[in-house]
Formats: sequence, structure tokens, C-alpha cells
Amino acid sequence: MIPHFFFLGCSGKSTVKQWICLLITVAILTSAASARDARTVMAELMQAERAEQAGLIEELSTYGDTIIADIYEAWRTGGIYLLEQDTGSQLLQFTDAQEWALVHNGAVISLSEAEAAAAKKQRPARALRKQMKRIIDTLGLKADNTALRIDSAIKLGRSQKAEFIPALEARLKVETDKQVISALQEALAISWLANGEDAQVVEAVQTLKALNSVAARAFLEELMQAEGDNGRADSSLSDACAEALISIERHMKQQEFFGSFFRGFSTGSVLLIVSFGLAITFGLMGVINMAHGEFVAIGGYVTFLVQNFFIQTWGLSSSAFGWYFIVALPVSFIVAAVIGLIMEVSIIRFLYRRPLESLLCTWGISMVMQQGFRLIFGAANVQVNNPTWLMGNLSFAGFQMSYTRLLIILIALVVVALTWLLLRQTNLGLHIRAVMQNRHMASSLGVPVARVNRMTFALGCGLAALGGAVLSQIGNVGPSMGQAYIVDSFMVVVTGSVGNLLGAGLSAMGIGMVDQLLQPSLGPVMGKITVFVVIILFLQWRPGGLFPTLSRSLDD
Amino acid sequence: MKFSTEMKKEMGILCLVTGLLMLIPLFNAVGPESGPLSVSAFQVSLWGKYLTYAVLAMSLNLLWGYTGLLCLCQSLFFALGGYAMGMYLMLMIGERGAYKSVLPDFMVFLGYQKLPLHWEPFYNFAFTMGAVLWVPGLLAFVFGFLAFRSRIKGVYFSILTQALTYAACLMFFRNDFTFGGNNGFTDFKDILGCNINSDATIRGLFIATTALMVCTYLITSGLLASKLGKVQQAIRDSENRVLFSGYSTTSFKLMIFVLSAMIAGAAGALYVPQVGGINPSAMEAAKSLEVVVWVAVGGRGTKWGPVIGAILVNFIKSYTTHAFPDYWLIIMGGMFVCVVLFMPDGIVGVYKQAKSYFARQRSLETTAA
Repeated sequence: MIPHFFFLGCSGKSTVKQWICLLITVAILTSAASARDARTVMAELMQAERAEQAGLIEELSTYGDTIIADIYEAWRTGGIYLLEQDTGSQLLQFTDAQEWALVHNGAVISLSEAEAAAAKKQRPARALRKQMKRIIDTLGLKADNTALRIDSAIKLGRSQKAEFIPALEARLKVETDKQVISALQEALAISWLANGEDAQVVEAVQTLKALNSVAARAFLEELMQAEGDNGRADSSLSDACAEALISIERHMKQQEFFGSFFRGFSTGSVLLIVSFGLAITFGLMGVINMAHGEFVAIGGYVTFLVQNFFIQTWGLSSSAFGWYFIVALPVSFIVAAVIGLIMEVSIIRFLYRRPLESLLCTWGISMVMQQGFRLIFGAANVQVNNPTWLMGNLSFAGFQMSYTRLLIILIALVVVALTWLLLRQTNLGLHIRAVMQNRHMASSLGVPVARVNRMTFALGCGLAALGGAVLSQIGNVGPSMGQAYIVDSFMVVVTGSVGNLLGAGLSAMGIGMVDQLLQPSLGPVMGKITVFVVIILFLQWRPGGLFPTLSRSLDD
Repeated sequence: MKFSTEMKKEMGILCLVTGLLMLIPLFNAVGPESGPLSVSAFQVSLWGKYLTYAVLAMSLNLLWGYTGLLCLCQSLFFALGGYAMGMYLMLMIGERGAYKSVLPDFMVFLGYQKLPLHWEPFYNFAFTMGAVLWVPGLLAFVFGFLAFRSRIKGVYFSILTQALTYAACLMFFRNDFTFGGNNGFTDFKDILGCNINSDATIRGLFIATTALMVCTYLITSGLLASKLGKVQQAIRDSENRVLFSGYSTTSFKLMIFVLSAMIAGAAGALYVPQVGGINPSAMEAAKSLEVVVWVAVGGRGTKWGPVIGAILVNFIKSYTTHAFPDYWLIIMGGMFVCVVLFMPDGIVGVYKQAKSYFARQRSLETTAA
């Protein structure tokens, strides 16, 4: 720290004293660059003689701070002033906020009017400007943030300017991050396309092919066009280009396919959780719960409330906030299960013999609930934030999977496992299956049918809310959020055979997948309609769904 | 041909209802300008709208009340009939639209150069009338054939028809489907050369709607009295027994389904000119459920129940949307729950319910004594 105060203390121009102190500073601080920062070097550069500028610019090019660009911009446009006083001279920046800041450390100071008037505007010399521009342009390559480094590399590569090649190569030597390295290689190869000798260009084309560079497509096409125009349509270069283009194209198709596949998998997972609830109430109990979609919305709103509770208690940026989603899952299940229980006891139990009328009645309930949400939470969607640990992507073989969607798939698997355990390994599950097979026989054998019905209905509603809680992470939470899923869920249950959870699981995945795979080519609406037509045709072939229940009894 | 006393009574009621309904346009035409007996053109078209709803409810009753098929795509058939009529009315606007073009406004807006081929025949009123019937009929035939053939019944039939409505609704919301997308059809000018907003036309449409209702009533009663109607009701009560007796239930159900779709289409065609527009929200899945509710509230499987239910529910709906804009959905929803729970036979059945309740009470008293 001492040397630079010493330096700034120097007054006047090109005195011997300043010469000496400059030499000392440069000598000491280039050896220990970490002790100096970009601001200091900038300040030195502004007052340096032409002879030292080269050394300082060299030093400056090792920094990646964006502040360099800001200060340089101010310098270039006349925002830097030199204030000479008896005590010494100070370099000042007149900032956008209309304040005076010291260049070397950014501290804001106040000046008297006389001092402000005495300050002299500084401008960089023409030769310096050119060198500075290169530094500023390649600044991003040295940023701390990897995403910024990648962006900058791609930008430089796309410009195809020869002057950036040394900077890119220099960075490639010291870079350690894998993604940045491949971005740098891509950028270099794209630059070579325009600037290299023939051999270098061919090599660059091959590099791009190996990298499956999507960004390079336009440049490769241009190159091939140029080759064709020069009458060399069958040169080795244009062959290489064509090959690279085909390879890149194929890679893109694959990426797109896997992307839709993955999205389909996660959409199917949400559908699976929601339709499991429906398969239980509808399939096992014969009750058509049109309010099922509203239970999905309950899940979304409970997640919203839990989130708000966490924000109020611990604050948005605390580490506790990240846990809200984990807490919201069981809470939403329990809340919805209790509401479902109340609904069963007060209304549904009177309708077990009248399935078509349960449809009407639950539709009435769904209207009441939807309007209730509107009155309590407002008609607009509410904001549910993703916890920070769910943001980001898992990169696998060059293709991105968001953590949110991965977690959804995981939750769906857990739900499937738990439901299976419940139905197969517990007493309640045994009772549920007995009632489902033959209500009267189960009742006469001492199974408490009324209680089993209550528990089953509550379970179904709880699962719907779980689906809603999960949905809040990838979709909107609003009064009618469940409506979009209700028709799909009914289709899932019908296709997968009523009352068969394995069938429901498979058909949920199938419908989610086909929907997402068709969407890129047909659009969302035609995709949905195609799925619907396929289901109708499928039911022609297998009227009972995927796994029809085999029985000797007549169905009415 | 001899009429039984019961039939005479029925015809008497029908004539009475028709007569009462005819009073509405009559008072509009010759009644006083103000006072309790004055009927404005708005009220005539409002009642006309209620009557088209009543016909729609009757068409569903034919399916649900008498055949046991809870169809959730009745609003789709209604809207298809409405769209067919709407196409004719759009073409009749001619060059009086906002863009002064022969093409309907939305087509100009979407950049069409000429009329799509399937719009051409709708210049012809007779063709339109045919389309109002055969378009919903054809859809019902194809869907019904596929559904009934694979023995889809009960709740599954309801779910699939709901999905059909949902899919069709999505399709009509698209702009490139050539039916006006989101906004549908509106701003009609003429029907058969008469100004659509003049009192006389409104009265004419009302009378036509009443005639359609009477026709539907006669078709329903005729059907119920016939052998076909007996099979139809037998299917409702026990489809397997009918099947075992050697009847092909598929063709019976298919026939009723197509007939019901055609009636709904005709109701839709009369709805559009009286309301002055149609858009895809008319065929939303919720609209179909509403129709079911009208029938349930009035009384399914009764001749006048659907009519009473449709008019009453819509009347209450109009009132509550004005009086309690925030709570009307809750009121309506609560009403459906209560009707299903406490009045399984609807309003028409209340009398019977009460009678049997009192009879049981009395018999209990006599046994106690």
C-alpha cells in the first residue's frame, strides 16, 4: 500500500522524483500483482509516460474486472479529471451519479466549487486507445464468472477478427474449466475459419465438427457457399464443411429429442402423481371427483403459504428458505387430506351408489372451491419462487436437465413406491383392495367400509395436492391451475384401466411423453388433439384399458 | 286414431305453454310502451335465449334421462350448430364490415386473400340449415360408433365426451382454423334479408325457437310412446338384459345419440342470431356440465323437467351474476350440491318425493297406533 500513496503524492510532471517512484511501484508490484488491483493500474496508466505504458497495459491485461471497462469508458469520454493541489494531485472520476470518486480506490469524495472548477479533463492518447480497446474487448475472458467467460469467448469467436486470436489462445492455455475450454476452442475455430490458411481452416472445420458447434453452422454454410462460388465445390474444404454440418445437424436433432423426452418424462411424472390420486378415488371407489383439480390447486396454494411463512420468519435470502419446498410437500398432503376427509363425510358418502350424480355434485363443489380461491388469494396467479438449490441444470453428455424436473421425477418415484407399499403391505391397503373388489362381501366380513372409504378418499385428495405442490415449481399457481390437468388425468385413468395403479403409472408416462414429443412438430393444440384421437383408437383395440380387471360378474 | 285421456292432458299442457309463450312476442308487437305488460325487444331475445337452452336441455334429457348416457359434449353439438349458422350470418354481412371487404372481418385481419372453400356453400341458407343438422349429427355418428362399438359406457362415456369437447374447444380457439379463433363470429347484420336487430326479426326468431321446442317435445313423446322408445328406456335400466334379449344396443344408442346431437345443433343455430355472436367459450367443457345441471335441477327423465330447469337455473344465474358478482359461483355450486343430495328427481320430482314422504309418515303412524 505504501508505494501507491507515495506515487499519488508525487506532484508535477516528469520530475526525477516521480520517475523513481514509478519505477519502484512497477518493479515491486508486478512481482506481487495480487497486492494491486485494476483501479491502481488504471490510475498509474493515466499518468504514465509513453515508455511505461506498454508495461502497464501488459499488466492490465491480466485483470478481468469489469471496472476497467467502466473507468476506461469514462476516460475516453472525458469523465476523468486531474486535480492538482498543493498537497499533491488526485485523479478523479465524475460518475454517472454526479459524484466525484477517486480513480485508484473508488472512494467518493466531495469537492468545493473552486476545486471542481480547477480539475482538468483527461483524455487517453490515440495509440493508447487502440490498445485499450483490445483489453476491454477481451476483458470478459478473464471474468470470475464462468458463464461470463463463455459468453465472451463466443462473442469474440463470432466476430471472426484476427486480433482476438492471441487473447483467446492465451486464455486457453491457462483455463481450467471444461465448459469454458470448449467454448474457447469453438471460438478459436470459428475465428480461424475466416483468418487461417487452407490447412488451418480445414483443421478448424474438423474441430467444430468434433465440438458439435451449433453456433458455427451459419459460418460453415457461408464458407461452403464461398467455396462453391469460387468453383471449388468439390474441394476437401467444402467436403469437410458438408460433413461437419451434417454431424452438427444430427447432434442438434438428438439434443432436441432428448430434451422433449426429458420434459415428457417430468410432465408425465406430475400427471402420474395427480392421476394416482384420481385412480384411487375414481378407480377404487367409483366416485368421479370433478373437484380433483381444485385439490391440485390446494397443493399449489399451501406451497405458496408455506413459502410466505418461511420468508416472514427467516427471510428470503436465508438458508432456511431453501427448505420450504421440502416442508410444503407433507403439509400440502395433510391439508388436502383433511379437507377431503371433511368432504367425504359431509357429501360424498351419500353418493356411492350414484356415480353419475357424484360427478355433478363434485362439479358444484369445484365451482365453490375455485371461487373460494379467487376470493382468498385473488384471481391472478400467485408467485412461488424456486428454492436456490433447485435452480440450475445438471449437464449430461452436453444436454441440460434442470434440477427441478429431476426432483419431480424423483418425487413421482417415491409416491409410486409409497402408494404401492400402502396398498400391498398395510392393513389399510388390504381393506382398500377388499372394498374395491366387493363392497358388500368385505362389509359382511367385518371390514369397516365407511372408515376405509374415508381414508381412501383422503389419500386420493392428498396425492392430488402433492401433485399441485410439485407443479408449483414448474408452472403457475392460480385458481384454475387444476383444470388443465383434470381432463388429462381422467384420460390417464381410463387408458390405464380403472383401479389399476400400474396401468395409471404407465399411461401417465405414455401420455406425458407422447404429448411432449409431438409438441415440437405439431404445436401444443394439435399435439393434445392427436393424443386424444390416439386414446380413442387405443380404446377400440383394448376397451378395458391397458390392464383390464378380469371378472366374471356383469358390470351393471 | 284415438287419444287416451293422459295424452289429451299432455297435449293440453303443451298448448297452454305454447300459448303463454306466444304472449311474449304478442305483447312486444301490440302491447303498451311501458307498464307491467310491456315487453321490450331485449326481453324477447332474452327469453328466446332461454328457450334455446331449454331445447338443449331437452336434447340431453333424451340421452341422459331416457337412455342413461351422460353426454358431456352436448355444448359442442350446440356450438357446432351455432357456428354453421354463424358462418351464414357472417357471409350475409357482405361488404358492410369494418374492412369493407366481401370476406368476414377476421379473415381480412388474418390476411386471407379469398374465402376458404368450405365457406362457399354457406351463402346458401338451405345448405346452412342442412349443415346445422348434419355437422353435429356426423360427429356424433363417428364418435358414437367408435365409443359404443367398444362398449364404452357409464362414467367412461362421460369422460371421453368431455375430452372430445375439450379437444374441439382447443381447436376452435386457434386462429388458423378459419373460424375466427378467440373472438369467433359477431356483428351480424341480416338474416334472410331482414335486419337482425329489428323487433320483427327478433319476434320471428322467438317464434321459431318456440316451434323448435314444440317439435322437440313432440319428437320426444312420439319416441317414448314407440317401440324404439321402450328399448331406449330398457337400455337405461339394464343394458345387459336388452343385449341378451337379442337387441343390438349399439345401433339404438347410436341413433338416439345422433338425433340428440341434431336437436342440440338446431338449438345452437337459433341461439346465435338471438345472442348476436358465438365464440369457442360456448363449447367449453364447463358449459356441457351446466346443461347436465339444468336437467338435474329440473328433473331428469321427465318431459318438462329440463325446460323448467334450464329456464330457472339461467334465470337465477342472470340474477346472481348481477346481484352478487363475487359469490354467484358459490351460490350456484352450493345449489347443485343441494339438488343432487336432497332432490334426486329434481324440481318436478319434489311433489312425488313429498307425497311418498307423507305416505310413509302416515303408514308409520297407523302401525304405531
